[in-house]
Amino acid sequence: MLAQQIVNAISLGSVYALFALGFTLVFGILGVINLSHGGIFMLGAYAALLLITWFDLPLWIALPAAMVFSGLVGLLIDVLILKRLRRRNAPHLMPMIATIGAAILMTSLTQGLFGSEARRFPVEWFNDETLKLGAVTIPLLQAGITTLSLVLMVLMMWVLKRTRLGQALRAMAESPRAAALLGIPVERLFHLTSFIAAALGGTAGILIGLSFNAISPFMGQPMLHKGIAAIILGGLGDVRGAVLGGLFLGITEVFAVTFLSSEYRDALSFGLLFLMLLWRPQGLFGASATRSA
Amino acid sequence: MRPYTLPPVLALLSALLLPLASHAGEIRIGLAEALTGPASQYGVPIQNGFLLARDEINAKGGINGDKIVLVEEDERGKKEEAINVYKKLIYQDKVLMIFGPTLSNSMFAAGPIANSAKVVAFGTSNTATGITDIGPYIFRNSPMEADVVPVTLRAAIKHLNIHKVGIIYGNDDAFTKSGYDVFKQALEELHIPVVDTETYSKGDVDFKAQLTKLKAADPDAIICPCLSEEGSNILLQSRALGIKQSFIGGNGFNSPKLVEIAKSAAEGTIVGSPWFDGNPSSQNQHFIAAYRKKYGTDPNQFSAQGYDALFIVAEALKKIKLTGHLDQDRQALRDALPNIQIDGATGKFAFRPAPPHAGKPGGNDANQTPFVYIVKNGKFVLLK
Repeated sequence: MLAQQIVNAISLGSVYALFALGFTLVFGILGVINLSHGGIFMLGAYAALLLITWFDLPLWIALPAAMVFSGLVGLLIDVLILKRLRRRNAPHLMPMIATIGAAILMTSLTQGLFGSEARRFPVEWFNDETLKLGAVTIPLLQAGITTLSLVLMVLMMWVLKRTRLGQALRAMAESPRAAALLGIPVERLFHLTSFIAAALGGTAGILIGLSFNAISPFMGQPMLHKGIAAIILGGLGDVRGAVLGGLFLGITEVFAVTFLSSEYRDALSFGLLFLMLLWRPQGLFGASATRSA
Repeated sequence: MRPYTLPPVLALLSALLLPLASHAGEIRIGLAEALTGPASQYGVPIQNGFLLARDEINAKGGINGDKIVLVEEDERGKKEEAINVYKKLIYQDKVLMIFGPTLSNSMFAAGPIANSAKVVAFGTSNTATGITDIGPYIFRNSPMEADVVPVTLRAAIKHLNIHKVGIIYGNDDAFTKSGYDVFKQALEELHIPVVDTETYSKGDVDFKAQLTKLKAADPDAIICPCLSEEGSNILLQSRALGIKQSFIGGNGFNSPKLVEIAKSAAEGTIVGSPWFDGNPSSQNQHFIAAYRKKYGTDPNQFSAQGYDALFIVAEALKKIKLTGHLDQDRQALRDALPNIQIDGATGKFAFRPAPPHAGKPGGNDANQTPFVYIVKNGKFVLLK
């Protein structure tokens, strides 16, 4: 049973990690807690669902198309809301409240257009095969999600550390004004960051939709809570931290069920979050004073 | 203006504006259902059932020549709205009685208004315990979960030879929590031990940790008083984890969606319901065919209960003579209803007086034997 629970923990954690990845990126570079990330996560899932059910597109086209769509929604939010607030030098709280509004708008629009019931991809579109290793079963799809989120994490870290783009982004995380003085096209890179972050969030939604009967207008909200927990655990704005924070949260939840009781699962995992804030407010990986993207 | 002065003022206003609220040859009945919002998935099929029954009754000459008129209102599945709609129907539209509201919560809020105005409030979809404790003017033809669950359990225990069970349910939702309480009590009465109880929260999609634990506890069956959305995920994930046991569901499992989504993972699932689409009785087959013809979709349990409810009241109306004095007519209907029996789309139906609650007389509950289904080859079939 324990081996199975460890597998369960990693697969749950990797979903949280994938969601947290885009979430933390926006915070690290734009310095904004984007609470519409849950809404983008939901729209990504709907976009893929509609492309597949309405236009009969194969998954390998629908998936990237839905990723791009979520990215564009993120870009739109950046251009319409965040850019204006940046220009006015608005305090931290304003983009946070504005993005809550964007999330409510997305949720109600989706509910109005498609109804409130949960859906999933048509059965022939998802793979319910499992890998059997002794007494442990691993759904292939879950293995795929775990692999994908690890690949995306490594890719993001590589881009940030090793490329000129990454250098520019890290400079912006340090000080957008200094970066602009050095000739970095700050606005454009802000847009790019919003696009990438939203595409990652949308991908998480698509993958959740592939694994579970869970595509509903309200699917973003619980995920947002877990995502916030994951990035606080890992260290706000830290890509490595988001992934490890997500995994850590998944492991905590599963072990709370295994060794305690499912009644106390959320109490334990969010209690732990509270302790973390007291003991290491910068999170597992965050450096105390400097922001690292 | 203080709120408590509102009803008399409204009554006065409407008396001035509507001198002929009830035309000769018309029987005005209120229908308050959730037609928009999340609860509309129940409210709309209920309304469809009522409209079908109304057309059939009126086409056959109505009630002794009088036509039934349904005054339809949208209570949006909200308590506050149900109260407003009830006040409007009672004092402004001056209806003879009211059907609805859709959710038990709303009936708890609006029922007392009808009861104190001495107007019959008739629920067709309220399954919570205690609804009819509101008072003698409250009726329902929807059996309580507490009536359905023991029947379901007994049938399942016999069929699957169950000695011990595991339970998984959502502990932060009033509906699933009350389903759990009903199951727990029924299990105690049947002396079936629970080897493991697991919970989840609203919005969870991954139940593998809880299910792995349930699997290790090795129950003979798993009880899941869940909604069909989570239920389908739970079924799919348990099969992926190699759990072979059958699931037993509550009212929430009573949905074609369950099989549609979970497919083969739903095989062997047992649920109880007051209505069975495969019931070969002529009333039921007629209802299904007429519903399909009128709406182009299949009816569900809720439409069948709405359809039957109007026939129950029609029977009562045939037995009384309407005088045109609203208070007298309302009281006459209330007095005639408890003795009505019909054979409808949901089968044989009679009322059962609710026991007095806290020294006050209660209303009338449904006295009806539920059907127990099992999922076989992707279809709900009657468990023999």
